[in-house]
Amino acid sequence: MKIIITVVGKDTVGIIARVCTYLAEKQVNILDISQTIVQGYFNMMMIADMSASPESFEELSGGLEQAGEEIGVKIKCQREEIFTKMHRI
Amino acid sequence: MINIYEVNETNNMIEHENLDVRTITLGISLMDCIDSDLDQVNEKVYEKITRVAKDLVATGEAIEKDFGIPIVNKRISVTPIALIGGSACRCPEDFVSLARTLDRAAKEVGVNFIGGYSALVSKGMTKADENLIRSIPQALAETERVCSSVNVGSTKTGLNMDGVKLMGQIVRETAEATKEADSLGCAKLVVFCNAPDDNPFMAGAFHGVTEADAVINVGVSGPGVVKVALEKVRGENFEVLCETIKKTAFKITRVGQLVAQEASSRMGIPFGIIDLSLAPTPAVGDSVAEILQEIGLERVGAPGTTAALALLNDQVKKGGVMASSYVGGLSGAFIPVSEDQGMIDAVNAGALTIEKLEAMTCVCSVGLDMIAVPGDTSASTIAGIIADEAAIGMVNQKTTAVRIIPVIGKGVGETVEFGGLLGYAPVMPVNSFSCEKFVSRGGRIPAPIHSFKN
Repeated sequence: MKIIITVVGKDTVGIIARVCTYLAEKQVNILDISQTIVQGYFNMMMIADMSASPESFEELSGGLEQAGEEIGVKIKCQREEIFTKMHRI
Repeated sequence: MINIYEVNETNNMIEHENLDVRTITLGISLMDCIDSDLDQVNEKVYEKITRVAKDLVATGEAIEKDFGIPIVNKRISVTPIALIGGSACRCPEDFVSLARTLDRAAKEVGVNFIGGYSALVSKGMTKADENLIRSIPQALAETERVCSSVNVGSTKTGLNMDGVKLMGQIVRETAEATKEADSLGCAKLVVFCNAPDDNPFMAGAFHGVTEADAVINVGVSGPGVVKVALEKVRGENFEVLCETIKKTAFKITRVGQLVAQEASSRMGIPFGIIDLSLAPTPAVGDSVAEILQEIGLERVGAPGTTAALALLNDQVKKGGVMASSYVGGLSGAFIPVSEDQGMIDAVNAGALTIEKLEAMTCVCSVGLDMIAVPGDTSASTIAGIIADEAAIGMVNQKTTAVRIIPVIGKGVGETVEFGGLLGYAPVMPVNSFSCEKFVSRGGRIPAPIHSFKN
């Protein structure tokens, strides 16, 4: 199952490292990363595949949210379909 | 592959522009609960609703988490109760016991409204229909979550003016019965012409007799998203304006379609329809009136309002139809007064009157909605307002409805607070000339000539 992870917050050292480490621990494969700065805020989007992960979507999503709180950014995890449905015919 | 701009666009809609799925409504047929023994009917109705809908709220919440999209309401609609209780209920009080059962079942499964305390009397009234209608004031006063609707006409049958007259009285009696709560009961009572069988929106939802045993219908929303999209095309011509609304409606509806399919597959219940309505809430930035202002009106009610609304309604449908495999219900822009901050502001500014709202209902769904009028408005005047609105629906082959609240003890200029999604409303003046002799004639208004298409 493909998931989209978005990270928004004040730019600081180690945001990507923290998220990637967490995903690696949970056997989630990263397919694509893009990043931009919007109005001075760090804004990252990751497309990842969690098919091989032993975690459920809910556990993973909760874990990422918590990791985000620890480093002071907002991490949101959503299933990919909401974006593909909206933006692709 | 999806890119970061698309992801940000979607999440901005959700986080800043009030994009949500307004309701997942589970329609449940109660035809197999019919019995001549009232206790048996009550028992069967409770059992069926709590069994079929037991996972509705949990499923809705799980979908919210997976896709990060709020699903504001999870609701239930049932077969019109006048049919279900027809054999067992001998008097209005018997029907009230069914209302209590619906309320209890709604609370048990955790839905905030259950619709279908309804009667379909577009041509004539059975004794059961009449008993149900006469029980509405007590039923709405004694229950919290039950919503009621009565269909008094259709393009095919004409208008049942006896039903219209009776509903004028019932609206007043409901207002009296719930006067301690600012006549809140009337906010849960809709009088229809051409009522759809698959409407997911309250208070007018019921599960039509043409429907399957259970079905998932979804109502999308997102006036805030349309408004923000239109901010980016200020001053452009109508072609650009219409294209922008269409594209936005497409995106909003696709989310609804996704949620409907997920809910359907997770619950093992067939998907019925998506209702394409733009449904406002009292929250700032979630208003149909604000879209009309963005289109170019100083206030809703100004000349041009009906044209702007016609355009908006049509483009929402054109964009939405392609985004969903099945579209139904009411599908259009809602223009409730109390549930839309821009509408409330327009009334307070003196820009919007009931007569202009009536004109607006000719080109959109659904009708005179959530309008507070003085508590001393007579039953015959309310019946006259219902007749006017029903005539618009009948002649234009569209659904129209009246949800009007004569607020007992309040007059023009005062404000009434309903709370939550029902919002608050200024009491609006009503034309004070009488229509008593008109509504008292009795009988039916025949179907219009263009209904004979066979």
